[in-house]
Amino acid sequence: MSGFVRKTLVVAAALSISGTAVAQDSIKMGALATLEGAFTVLGEDGMRGVKMALEEFGYEAGGKKIELITGSSDASPDSAVRAARKLVEQDGVPILIGPLSGSEGLAIKDYAKTQPDVTFLNGTSAAQDTTLRAPAENFFRFSTDGAQWMAGLGEYAYNEKGYRKVAVLAEDYSFPYTQVFGFLEPFCRLGGEAPIDARFWVPIGNKDYSSVIAALPDDVDAIYVALGGADAVNFLTQFEQAGGELPLIGGSITVDQSVLGSKGRTRQFVVGTPSAGPVSDTWDDPRWAAFVAAYQKQFPDGFPSPSLFAHGYYINTKAALLALNEVGGDLSDGGKKYREALSNLEFDTPTGMVKLDERREAIADIFLTEVIEGPDGNLLNKTIKVIPQVNQTLGVPYEKFLEYGQVGRENPSCE
Amino acid sequence: MDTDRLFNKSNPFAAIPAWSWIIGLLLILYPSFASDFFTYQIGAYSLLLGTVALSLMMLAGYGGMVSLAQLTVAGLAGYLMAILGDNSVGVMGLGWPWWLAVIVSVFAAAIFSAFIGAISVRTEGIYTIMITLAIAVAFFYFVRQNYTLFNGFTGFAGVEPPTLFGIYWRDPVPFYYLSLAVATGFVGAVLNASRSTFGLSLMAIRDNPRRMRALGYNVAAHRIAAYFMSGIIAGTAGVLLVWFNGRISPGTVGVDVVIDILVIAVVGGLRHPIGPFLGAIAFVLLENFAIDLIDRERFNTVIGLAFLLVVIFSPDGILGLWKRLRPKLRLGKSVPSAAAGTTPTDSHVSESVKEV
Repeated sequence: MSGFVRKTLVVAAALSISGTAVAQDSIKMGALATLEGAFTVLGEDGMRGVKMALEEFGYEAGGKKIELITGSSDASPDSAVRAARKLVEQDGVPILIGPLSGSEGLAIKDYAKTQPDVTFLNGTSAAQDTTLRAPAENFFRFSTDGAQWMAGLGEYAYNEKGYRKVAVLAEDYSFPYTQVFGFLEPFCRLGGEAPIDARFWVPIGNKDYSSVIAALPDDVDAIYVALGGADAVNFLTQFEQAGGELPLIGGSITVDQSVLGSKGRTRQFVVGTPSAGPVSDTWDDPRWAAFVAAYQKQFPDGFPSPSLFAHGYYINTKAALLALNEVGGDLSDGGKKYREALSNLEFDTPTGMVKLDERREAIADIFLTEVIEGPDGNLLNKTIKVIPQVNQTLGVPYEKFLEYGQVGRENPSCE
Repeated sequence: MDTDRLFNKSNPFAAIPAWSWIIGLLLILYPSFASDFFTYQIGAYSLLLGTVALSLMMLAGYGGMVSLAQLTVAGLAGYLMAILGDNSVGVMGLGWPWWLAVIVSVFAAAIFSAFIGAISVRTEGIYTIMITLAIAVAFFYFVRQNYTLFNGFTGFAGVEPPTLFGIYWRDPVPFYYLSLAVATGFVGAVLNASRSTFGLSLMAIRDNPRRMRALGYNVAAHRIAAYFMSGIIAGTAGVLLVWFNGRISPGTVGVDVVIDILVIAVVGGLRHPIGPFLGAIAFVLLENFAIDLIDRERFNTVIGLAFLLVVIFSPDGILGLWKRLRPKLRLGKSVPSAAAGTTPTDSHVSESVKEV
């Protein structure tokens, strides 16, 4: 017994020595995603994005090896902060990529303020206030926020589709608030209506939508639906079974690959649903085609086409690596130079050029899409239009944009 | 804490005082050799979860009442701190001074706990579990959907501990000692209470409520009083928990966390107040480091398997494992196993736990 213990200790000591030897010319990078709970599938795709970027760089940047350490949360802010704390304070990562969902992002931003020497890059969390109000100096978001993702959709629904009055169905937390705001702001400015009593807010993980479906008013032209993952699948199935005939308008993760890829009869029913987001499955651009091919090759068991989670994590990881190259892997000054390099970074992604504004929020291209049936029976998002270089304030000056108020259930009021 | 009274002759632990002293010394010196992460996220967090589980251990171990609503009681105190004190969300935040908010929060939590007790004391075993679980789930959904008072899904952020004597109490080392003091105080209080008339009659009620009723004891009142006391423990832990996280949201009081507390208490052992803390340490270590041991998609399986093993090989949890090993190691005087815990053998607890 004691012999075994001694042997183990020797091996452990040897390992830790070799560990420190390697640490001299390697940089630890933390990646945090939801690998448990309701968003597990989305978190796994996020991690695929991180690995794609690292693979592309051969796990090397700035002349140093990159060592990836993963952390997991369950989409609650508490668990995200705990996982981040473990990665930063215990594993000692100087760079952290993540988290995945909106309220987690707000919590990580607050945590970032207590760790000024660590550089935080967003995963795919897309709540507006992560960078808009009281941003953290060391939190960077190369993926855009939920309101930016809606760019062009409100105008499209009003002008092209001719909708004048919509009902809203969304999950009850910061990310859908941001999406609803992004859709309604231009829609209502053009003269559209979205009565407060026709807005339905359901908890994440809601299974039964029959009461919502029964309460939908008759006099609306369409329903704007911002639900994600299993919630979206459940609603679409039940809405069809209830004989719902109203056309839909989709949030960014309502008709994305994680929903369209699901089996069932909802398929025909969602064809023609307009939506908008940071990716479009069918964009005929060589950069996107190469990205999809690389994804499919590296992850045969992944989605048919990378979701916006793989995309967001990929872009943020790539930004982290590009900036590391720029400073030659030098983080000795607590990452000051590194963060400056990040702030000034402008690079080409599978979805066009990305750069940051002064609050370290991305300015990037957004895709207006519509669901179609692909040649092999797969449902895909057809690109209708690319809206170039959307910024966080949607083209309005910063001060004026703040006057719109914080996103929430009744913003904008559309009266 | 009066150590003479704690470790007097009537205490079976008097047989091994050296251990208690060594453990105490280790706990006090811990921050000097542990990193900030280990002091705060492992040390202090274990102490907090252990304190919540202690309130359950007290009810289950001495009273035979397995309540799943202990974390809910702690959560209520945490929410009240955010509502009565300050927060950065802009909802509620009445700005009361911290000491008044603490007193009111803890007291309200204790009243809430007594209320839960009043509803559930006339039931036994699995029915108590069902009622308290229902309360926990109802509280979770209530805070998630109430926006005027509890700010719904987002909950509250920016809840700060006070800066007292020039010390910011969320810094790892001060917070660790604060948690340690609170935990030790409550362990001492629970040990003391277990030897008091009240504690003894509570245990007697657990073992045979009918006979106690026949003897003229008010069984329900005793149980409700026990709920009130456990509410004070859980409420205090809840206040510390919200200072620890700086935030509270429905996820903090979710059903999975409620179950975690039961797991901690059962894995640690329900026979002695130290048990919940052992369980909490094991839980926090696994929660933090299981992801390093194995493929990221499987680490929750490791946590589950580890706890399954503990419960299979020692129905009394880690505490029971230690009791079983001690005679083999021949440390100190061998203590007859019946006197190893402070409570008589208790079939009731393991029964109701099995029913879960």
